[in-house]
Amino acid sequence: MATWQLVQYLVTGITVGSIYAIVGLGFTIIYSVTGIINFAQGEFVMLGGMIAFSLIGLGFPMPVALILAVVLVTLVGIIFNLVAIRPAGRASTITLIIITIGGALFIRAVAGLYWGRDAVALPPFTGDESLSFLGAYILPQSLWVIGITAVLMVGVYLLLNRTLVGKALKAAAINRRAAALVGIDARMMSLVSFALAAATGAVAGVVIAPLSYASYDMGIMLGLKGFVAAAMGGFTGVWGVFLGGLGLGLAESLAAGYISSSYKNAIALIFLFAVLLIRSRRLMVGEEGA
Amino acid sequence: MPHFIRGRGKMLAIATLVVLLSIVPLLGNNYYTSVLLIIGIHAIVTVGLCLLMGYTGQVSLGHAAFYGIGAYIAAILSKTYHVDPWLAMVVAIIATAAFAFAIGFPVFRLRGNYLAMATLGLGIIIWILFRELDWITGGQSGFLDIPTLSIGGFAFDSDFRFYYLVWGFCLAVMFISQNIVGSRMGRAMRAIRDSESASQSLGINATLVKVKILALSAAYAALAGSLYAYYVGFIDPPPFGFLFSIRLVVMAVVGGLASIWGAIFGAASVRLLTEFLHPFGDIDVVLFGLIIVVVMILSPQGVIRGLGDLWRRISRRLTPS
Amino acid sequence: MKKVVFIALALILVIGITPLMACGGEEGETTEEYIIGAVLALSGHGSSLGEPEKQTLEMLEDELNAAGGIDGKNIKVIIYDTETDSTTAIIATKRLIEQDNVLAVMGATTSGVSMAMLDTITDAQVPLVSLAASDEIIQPVEQRYWIFKTPQTNSQVVGRLYQYLESQDIDEVAIISATDGFGVLGHGALVGETENWDITIVADETFDPDDTDMTTQLTVIKGYTPEAVICWGTDKGSSVVAKNMQTLQMDMPLLMSHGIASMDFIDAAGDAANGVIFPVGKLPVAELLPDTDPQKDVLLEYKADFEELYGEGSADTFGGHAWDAFKLVTNAIQDLVDEGADVTSAGIRDKLETAQLTGISGVFHMSATDHLGLGPDALTLVEIVDGEWTSAE
Repeated sequence: MATWQLVQYLVTGITVGSIYAIVGLGFTIIYSVTGIINFAQGEFVMLGGMIAFSLIGLGFPMPVALILAVVLVTLVGIIFNLVAIRPAGRASTITLIIITIGGALFIRAVAGLYWGRDAVALPPFTGDESLSFLGAYILPQSLWVIGITAVLMVGVYLLLNRTLVGKALKAAAINRRAAALVGIDARMMSLVSFALAAATGAVAGVVIAPLSYASYDMGIMLGLKGFVAAAMGGFTGVWGVFLGGLGLGLAESLAAGYISSSYKNAIALIFLFAVLLIRSRRLMVGEEGA
Repeated sequence: MPHFIRGRGKMLAIATLVVLLSIVPLLGNNYYTSVLLIIGIHAIVTVGLCLLMGYTGQVSLGHAAFYGIGAYIAAILSKTYHVDPWLAMVVAIIATAAFAFAIGFPVFRLRGNYLAMATLGLGIIIWILFRELDWITGGQSGFLDIPTLSIGGFAFDSDFRFYYLVWGFCLAVMFISQNIVGSRMGRAMRAIRDSESASQSLGINATLVKVKILALSAAYAALAGSLYAYYVGFIDPPPFGFLFSIRLVVMAVVGGLASIWGAIFGAASVRLLTEFLHPFGDIDVVLFGLIIVVVMILSPQGVIRGLGDLWRRISRRLTPS
Repeated sequence: MKKVVFIALALILVIGITPLMACGGEEGETTEEYIIGAVLALSGHGSSLGEPEKQTLEMLEDELNAAGGIDGKNIKVIIYDTETDSTTAIIATKRLIEQDNVLAVMGATTSGVSMAMLDTITDAQVPLVSLAASDEIIQPVEQRYWIFKTPQTNSQVVGRLYQYLESQDIDEVAIISATDGFGVLGHGALVGETENWDITIVADETFDPDDTDMTTQLTVIKGYTPEAVICWGTDKGSSVVAKNMQTLQMDMPLLMSHGIASMDFIDAAGDAANGVIFPVGKLPVAELLPDTDPQKDVLLEYKADFEELYGEGSADTFGGHAWDAFKLVTNAIQDLVDEGADVTSAGIRDKLETAQLTGISGVFHMSATDHLGLGPDALTLVEIVDGEWTSAE
């Protein structure tokens, strides 16, 4: 068991885990404010990658294209909330789950029709010569991923805990009616949470596309992994999902490295299953605050 | 008279359905026959999902797994171990139901969103097992030469014959489900859906009811899965994956989550939309997405009920009061 | 009771709709034209392969009809999508046979789906020309009376790779294969063929084609210091393998399967595609072939025609498999017409079994014991240099 291999597994686990954490962050934001699991979260990630690809193709400079992609996806999130979530009102959980599944099917199929089915590549932000680190290698893009994840996590944390909007979001999450009494519009907060989740999803999409690829159906797998990350974090706010994402990334990487790559994705899911069941009592009595 | 045949309207409807269904294969076109046959198989799974989701209020995003387990057990027993196909089918149904019963207790400690996640995860894990346990399941290369069903010397080896078999099972499943819904069990299910804590204060063992319904719907799925395996004669993992679980939810939603006969309508709508729109690209999936969102917002009871409400509203407006 | 009436109406509508919708389609009037069918993966995992197959069939249909068809009758190709799903493929096959009255069926794109169609085809007694790789599709041949195929088998492709490795004095290789049907079948051939060659597999890893990172598996492989890595998958997953190998600075030769033989792989892998070597039919290197090569003219013509319609660099070997299938079937019809025989499915099948064709995938010599009819010389090795295919022979 060579040390450089362990280091490489850790590096990979942290990079991949960071992406899971960003995707999971979107789930956590929406869930903590509205109580909805947004099954279309993975599609926000896909849209981020694909729109960025199209904009670069149109000749926009890279940074502009990336920012614009995030902005456009944020708009999609807002529209999604307005046309699909808001009209459902106070529907049951089962109804809302199915609505977001419908939204995901719709977005993915439209993307498949518009962009076609082939995978596309995005250029890395800076350089593609890998850097050596204790015998392991890491791409500059991976450093970007880890850095952006950290910045996003801190940013969202500050937004939730240090700003008026964040306090309103948390208030709406804790008690809708009480929040309404002090003038916080729960529907507005739901909208804000979708916008925020779409934006973070899009960021995940634009940072991961240069590492692997972007394609119309990438949202299924990434959405699932993000969702596992959020669940492992117990939907307990920014740090929970951050640890959940890293934990999942590392678990996958180490399992594929030391056990078997065939069961890599199953291992992640078994992990999820175990976490869910162990936590089930806690989850049921609703101890999970933000 | 059993309670489910209430009124002449419904009897007439079911009679018409049965007559129509029996005519189709006589048209002599195996294409229509096989489309309707697949619809019948899917309707069997869908009705189980309706019992679980619509009547009992418990989400499952992994039902394709039960369908697959049924298909694989029936296929493996009858081919590899030369068990009589009927017996293999019975074993498949019982084993799948038992499996569902066993996992039901831990799984139903979860509710709502967490339950959705757990069932989704479970569905994918089982799918990965179909793929990786290749020394039993054939893995991605598939499982070939599954024998077909027969009674005495009469083999269900043509679309024509298999069709009646499938719809016979399907209608039986519909009637059984209708009876359950109208029974004491059905009232317990609805009580749990409306408020689990209230149902418990009425002395209902909510977990047991939920687990039983899960086992029943798994049994339906296994029945459908084994029929599928015998019909096609070949199975491989793709038809039993996550996307099929989602498609089953679409069928249930379109037919009306809390509607037994609607399951046939849902399965038929999804299959036919795919059949006629798919040549134009993924337009059918775009439409499924739209339909789901619109149906769930406007009429969570399903398309048929929604149209019915609309009709009532219109007719009320038209008749001067 | 309104609700009940509504359920009844809705069900009647749905059941009634099937035959009605079908009336919209054309009932097969075989006197007007020769109808052949195709079931291709136009969505789902196999869709990047299915698309060029569809384009090729549409192009050939137009070409043949513009040239007067066969004996004055037009040829008509009806194409349905399998969604890379067995259930849909079986229904589509029945639709072709029952509703459209096709004489022969081409497809499916992928092996698993082709296997699922075997019973339906055999029961209906209509010839099938599969476009998928697996050997099992046409073997055992006595049970595959109606089944033919055009792509090289996996063991031939692997044989070509191992032959190359031996010529480079490489005997310790690592393999990494996709967990989808394509990868699993390839894996079987990679392991099976080691018997015939002086090749040892030192590491054997898999990847999920939807995964976005394969660094871990490659790190495991790197630990065994193989002399070469063989990756078996289609373009999306393989592109990640190529990228991750570059990241890990693994400089040993990277060999891949014919599953990446489309420009999509180069688009997705970018710079990392350079240096990848893979075996494929001769199409990508048609210009470089000696003039004595019997396939050269056919290859250049197909490439020119296809790229005129669908863009520079768009022709690939998957479309080529469809070209071969179309020519095999239409030549069989032509032969029957020339002999003055009735054009029937059974007649076409008999002609297919003796078909000789200089095609895109190779020179076919079909026989009663060989429903593929290609030798190992049908393959060539291609290396990607500066984002272009070049000959590695």
